[in-house]
Amino acid sequence: MDKNFAARRRRDLIIAAVLTALAALAPLFVKNVYVQNILVLTLMYAALSQSWNILSGYCGQISLGHALYFGIGAYTTELLFTKFGVLPWFGMLAGGTIAALIAMGLGYPFFRLRGHYFVIATIVIAEIGLLLFQNWEWAGAAMGITIPVRGDSWLKFQFMRSKLPYFYFALALCCLAWFVTWWLEDSKWGFWWRAVKDNPEAAESLGVVVFNSKMGAAAVSAFLVAVGGAFYAQFLAYIDPESVMGFQFSLLMALPAVLGGIGTLWGPVLGAVILIPMTELTRSYIGGSGRGVDLIVYGALIVAISLALPQGLVSLFSRSKAKGATR
Amino acid sequence: MGLLYGLIAVGLALIFGLMDVTNFAHGEFLMIAMYASFFLFAFFAIDPLLSAPLVAAAMFVFGAVVYLLIVRFAMRAKANAGMVQIFTTFGLAIVMRGLAQLFFTPDYRSIPQSWLGGKTVSIAGIFLPEPQLVGALVSILAFAGLYFFIHRTDFGRALEATREDPGAVALVGIDKNRVFAFGWGLGAALVGLAGAIMAVFFYIYPDVGASFALIAYVTVALGGFGSVFGAFAGGIIVGLVEAVTALMLPPSLKSVGIYAVYLLVVFIRPRGLFGSM
Repeated sequence: MDKNFAARRRRDLIIAAVLTALAALAPLFVKNVYVQNILVLTLMYAALSQSWNILSGYCGQISLGHALYFGIGAYTTELLFTKFGVLPWFGMLAGGTIAALIAMGLGYPFFRLRGHYFVIATIVIAEIGLLLFQNWEWAGAAMGITIPVRGDSWLKFQFMRSKLPYFYFALALCCLAWFVTWWLEDSKWGFWWRAVKDNPEAAESLGVVVFNSKMGAAAVSAFLVAVGGAFYAQFLAYIDPESVMGFQFSLLMALPAVLGGIGTLWGPVLGAVILIPMTELTRSYIGGSGRGVDLIVYGALIVAISLALPQGLVSLFSRSKAKGATR
Repeated sequence: MGLLYGLIAVGLALIFGLMDVTNFAHGEFLMIAMYASFFLFAFFAIDPLLSAPLVAAAMFVFGAVVYLLIVRFAMRAKANAGMVQIFTTFGLAIVMRGLAQLFFTPDYRSIPQSWLGGKTVSIAGIFLPEPQLVGALVSILAFAGLYFFIHRTDFGRALEATREDPGAVALVGIDKNRVFAFGWGLGAALVGLAGAIMAVFFYIYPDVGASFALIAYVTVALGGFGSVFGAFAGGIIVGLVEAVTALMLPPSLKSVGIYAVYLLVVFIRPRGLFGSM
């Protein structure tokens, strides 16, 4: 058992390295800007979903308010950049740190809540954040912030001529989120999370360590999501509260993990690889008429996948828990 | 307004409490009911007040069908049941919004003149808009009816019993699916009733449900899951809090008060005000 686990972890690491190498070569073959754009978004959502999965999947604390951290990352970076001229790289770290601190601050009251109460509290807190930003004049209120063009450079994290730097950053972020998950899976925290998720009552007897491991999950998860938010802001060069902190973002972050397999190492990546191109393609090929057909197709696919594969697409690959497990 | 929130929330609470399923399409149920009421008015000149029972009846069928066609299967999932239900009903909500856009266009609509529209009555010197007043009355009646239904009839007892122990109920020969389909129908009918009345004084557009759905979840959680009475009380509290915050904060921030009160309540009482569990 232990040997198998170690072998599986080594195998996961090798697969990840190979996939990263292949992904890094992708731009050699994909010159189409539209397709490159989809690749960037896919990697970003894979990274976000992987980060969300740390708290919600592994630790079982289902958050539908992660848009809050995403928005904090985006806003911290851009406010520091446009108001004080601080380079986005520092803004990114600052945003991540603030998001992690907020996540831990919220953890104190939130982790006492169970089930639906927890989920609704996370939605509500993100909604409060959204409303506050929409009314905060200094931060651009509902109009948002347009990020001024300061040229093409890694230093300023702005690229006008090509999407490739964004692609490589998104790939790096995706790798980071994956690696952190991989590493935590086998850590003390990882074991406590499984205990919390599988048997909350028994975990309660472990008391303070469980609480600390939840706080850790919240902080890591929020930090990574905020870095994703900072990236997204630079990528779009424009942010407004609804587009970085809206409820749909919280769902978009959770969806790849849910479709791919919640609480699994590969679920978020697999889910994003299938879901994001699908979303973008239905939007641009069927949604052009603006008549909602893309929404119908997209929604129906979500219903179909969640009904057909409740354990996510990953369950198709694992032979050990084949048929019967989902019944 | 609070009573209407209560009415929307009671329907949701029924579904929640009955089978522990989060219906993320509840707002879209409301939206459909508002459209139904609108079209009955636009094509057949049936006043929303009269069409409310019709809409409620149609929504009953709709809710039961949604349960039988979709939710029934979502509830079978053993693994990640919570997430499967969230995303199944959320997917359904997206489909419904898409369909509304496709068939009804994204335009804003309203019911220009109804029997109630725009009139006010004066009670003891306080002027109250008539539609809201009627809405409040209907809400109270519907709530009383539901309370009676759950506590006094055989079917109500079957609902309660099925909630408490689905396995044992099957042994006595009660069909779980029929009971649950009925519960979903009832929940949808209640939100249908609310939608028909609200169609008189709110703009109707495909995304309208979303703005009420979160408040409905908060209302239910505030009162406590599993408590129909709690949902109704929660609705009244939410309505009052909204009115008070509207006086102190700019209109765009009025929901913040509701959310803040919710957080405060669950931090002090993690099971909501009347939650048992």
